[in-house]
Amino acid sequence: MSIDAIDRKIIAATASGLPLVPHPFAEVASWIGLQENEVIARMTRMQDVGIIRRIAVAPNHYALGMVANGMSVWDVDDSDAERLGARVGALECVSHCYLRPRSLPQWPYNLFAMIHGQTRDEVERKRAGIADLLGSSCRGSDVLYSTRILKKTGMRLSEGG
Amino acid sequence: MKRAPLPPGSLDNTDCRVLNALQDRLPIDHSPFAEVAGPLGLTVDELIARIARLRELGAITRFGPFLDAAAMGGAFCLCAISVPEARFDEVMTLVNAHPEVAHNYERQHHLNMWFVLACEKPEGIARVAKRIEAETGLHVHLFPKLKEFFIGFRVTA
Repeated sequence: MSIDAIDRKIIAATASGLPLVPHPFAEVASWIGLQENEVIARMTRMQDVGIIRRIAVAPNHYALGMVANGMSVWDVDDSDAERLGARVGALECVSHCYLRPRSLPQWPYNLFAMIHGQTRDEVERKRAGIADLLGSSCRGSDVLYSTRILKKTGMRLSEGG
Repeated sequence: MKRAPLPPGSLDNTDCRVLNALQDRLPIDHSPFAEVAGPLGLTVDELIARIARLRELGAITRFGPFLDAAAMGGAFCLCAISVPEARFDEVMTLVNAHPEVAHNYERQHHLNMWFVLACEKPEGIARVAKRIEAETGLHVHLFPKLKEFFIGFRVTA
């Protein structure tokens, strides 16, 4: 999958957000010297191939009352990790679920599941539910609460490439 | 970014419906807001004003394209560092200065700094991680995703 210099310009122009005007793609086009239809065609292509996942809002979980966010981590038997990961990922309370390598000896966990809730109690209840689901295939777990967002800009592209 | 919940009553029902609707993909066409505004019973101008206000209030952190580095031939990687408390701000400044650092969170754990590297080329991950190690003198643990199970979570406002 490749993007050329013009795609790159479009991505860079919209990296901090889409302009809030009735015809935002015309506005973006005017910034970088293109026609609106070219911007629309290129962004549509990038969305079709998955480079752009979607154009949407990123809600601020905290502002919306989801103030407890715990990264639950699990040491799951490798032979069972894919099957169980799929089940954990399907839970409604889990926003992201990934299988990742362990970093032994400090980090024995291979399954990561983000749990959001209004309180830590709620997150702990949901975590207990995941523990039940994993059963004896899980050798250990932890939960890491975020205490501060230090940066949140999303992916940035260099314009030059 | 704001971490405190908004005061009760900051958002009305329409704001919540706008927030919920905009977590779906916005159409890419001449009047993308028109398709969202219609079902909400809003005009395009009213919808735009609501989005602007939600952004000012801090109810949304971003409104725009979400990119997939992997689809562009690049890569994302979750990374973690165990930062001595006394050096936390110094290390945070060094880490955040890299444009490849897309998000960075402090977490309560021995590994207390967790950030995501988003690079345009897979080899960029190791390069930036090594540079951060050189700058900070701290080991960067790399947790690239081996498999992603689900990424469809929505916040119901």
